[in-house]
Amino acid sequence: MPLLTVEGAVTGYGEMQVLRGVNLTLEADEIVSIVGPNGAGKSTVMKLVFGLLKPWEGKVTFDGADISGLPPEKIVRKGLSYVPQVDNVFPTMTVEENLEMGAYILDEPLKPRKERVYELFPRLAERRRQRAGKMSGGERQMVAMGRALMLDPKILMLDEPSAGLAPLLVDMIFEKVAEVNKAGVAILMVEQNAKKSLALADRGYVLATGQNQVDGPGEELLSDPEVARLYLGG
Amino acid sequence: MTEVTPALTLRPGERVRKVLGHPATMWSMLALLGVVLFVAAQVKGVSNTQLLSLFVRGTLLGGTLALGAVGVTLIYGVLKMSNFAHGDMMTLGAYLGLVVVTVLPKGPVLKPFSFGYEFLVALIIVVPLVGLAAFGLDKLAFRPLRRRRSQPIMFAMAALGLAFGIRSLVYLFWGADFSFYYTGRPRPAFELFSGVRVRPDQLFILGLAVLLIVLVYLLLERTKVGKAMRAMADNPDLARVTGIDTNRVVFWTWLIGGGLAAAGGMLYGLDVQLRPEMGWWLLLPLFASVILGTIGNAYGAMAGAFIIGIVWQVSTAFLNPAYGHGIAFLVMILVLLVRPEGLFGKRG
Repeated sequence: MPLLTVEGAVTGYGEMQVLRGVNLTLEADEIVSIVGPNGAGKSTVMKLVFGLLKPWEGKVTFDGADISGLPPEKIVRKGLSYVPQVDNVFPTMTVEENLEMGAYILDEPLKPRKERVYELFPRLAERRRQRAGKMSGGERQMVAMGRALMLDPKILMLDEPSAGLAPLLVDMIFEKVAEVNKAGVAILMVEQNAKKSLALADRGYVLATGQNQVDGPGEELLSDPEVARLYLGG
Repeated sequence: MTEVTPALTLRPGERVRKVLGHPATMWSMLALLGVVLFVAAQVKGVSNTQLLSLFVRGTLLGGTLALGAVGVTLIYGVLKMSNFAHGDMMTLGAYLGLVVVTVLPKGPVLKPFSFGYEFLVALIIVVPLVGLAAFGLDKLAFRPLRRRRSQPIMFAMAALGLAFGIRSLVYLFWGADFSFYYTGRPRPAFELFSGVRVRPDQLFILGLAVLLIVLVYLLLERTKVGKAMRAMADNPDLARVTGIDTNRVVFWTWLIGGGLAAAGGMLYGLDVQLRPEMGWWLLLPLFASVILGTIGNAYGAMAGAFIIGIVWQVSTAFLNPAYGHGIAFLVMILVLLVRPEGLFGKRG
């Protein structure tokens, strides 16, 4: 049984419908990447899964339980963590405080958890007293991912982790994603950078106009000329 | 083609705005204001001792203002609403304090102060009480609006309604006259330094205000709930996604904001007198302090409160004290025109 299932999801903002029936699954050890053109509804899928949008139709199931429409503060307690695309740190708080906020719902000493994040991102350990708002885009992305990992989630959801980063940093972030996945965290990510993210992913979904178009193993999608021509911009 | 630096591509108006909006400009303008006040006082023939006294007096006033301003700015930060009822929460605190002081059997005067143990007990009772009342009023007046995602104007109206409501209750129970915590007690002043005279009460007021400010600082920096308050002020959406219990944060925000307002009101009442409009008249200086110190920034509000307090008092050296609010208003207008994000805010 998949860890996460989205079935026939339909939703949108106010009156505007964005998703017109999205289906996807995520296994407990997988990296799944959602790619597709702008306005396809990629980020909307993430918001739906995380309870920031309620489904108009369809169902989200996590670990066998229906979680559709639960508010984010409940979803986070189930073992899902979400890194939004923008505004994903607390800018006036230090790196360390950002991490602490990630484990706000726990009543235990956070030192071991923080140390694990610092092991993954040594850069953050050096700058733990720095305010997150004053850091570079790449560092902020590390803070955001670190914050999301503080709860040891079963699923880490990343919305365009490479957006606005220099190519070298993109590679670094993707390496970290692979590392987190090896440690036993399922990854669901949305990416503009289709080639790199599909190369990393076990499976990919191509989304366009709010619907699934194609899905399959990442490498397969990448080598399919039809997919490349129609959805990935050559 | 030659490279054009971005600064030169700006239109003249934009360039002027950029220079004007720099924090250094803001600080220089404040310094200039200080010089103007000083010169005006010299022209009027005000002695240096008197000026110094007013400066000290302004610092004392700044301490009381800070207690109110911190609440206003925290409530704005966490809930994104301007609590125009904050001044009247101060009034409420002051009058509830009066009830406790009146009800308790009179003990001896705690020399050198003018008050007895009753005032201290009143503080201990009234501060949490008004904090809880503030949370109750939030549930009554503002939470339904938040649920409906109402426009900011609705929050402003609700807050004003609350302000008038509280003041009317004060009129109803205590009348329109002014009152004192203790009537007919001598309140001698002593010389602090070089001709500057203060009353021991005033030192107590400043001491307690500073103590409470330090406690707020420790709360925001060291405790989990304080950090959560800052997180919510920083990025409310992310706070939700992180699983921060926003209702709990809202509760603590009102408890602290309301409690500090009550303390500020009682201290102001001890220093001056109790009037039903006392808090209402503090509202403008409160918001001037908050805006000057960057709205949502607790430490900025404290700094703003001391600046406003000092400017306000020193201006009375040559202006009719009735214009004190005008001075606070002037500072607020200047900030809003030149640098609306305040002394400690970030542009854009």
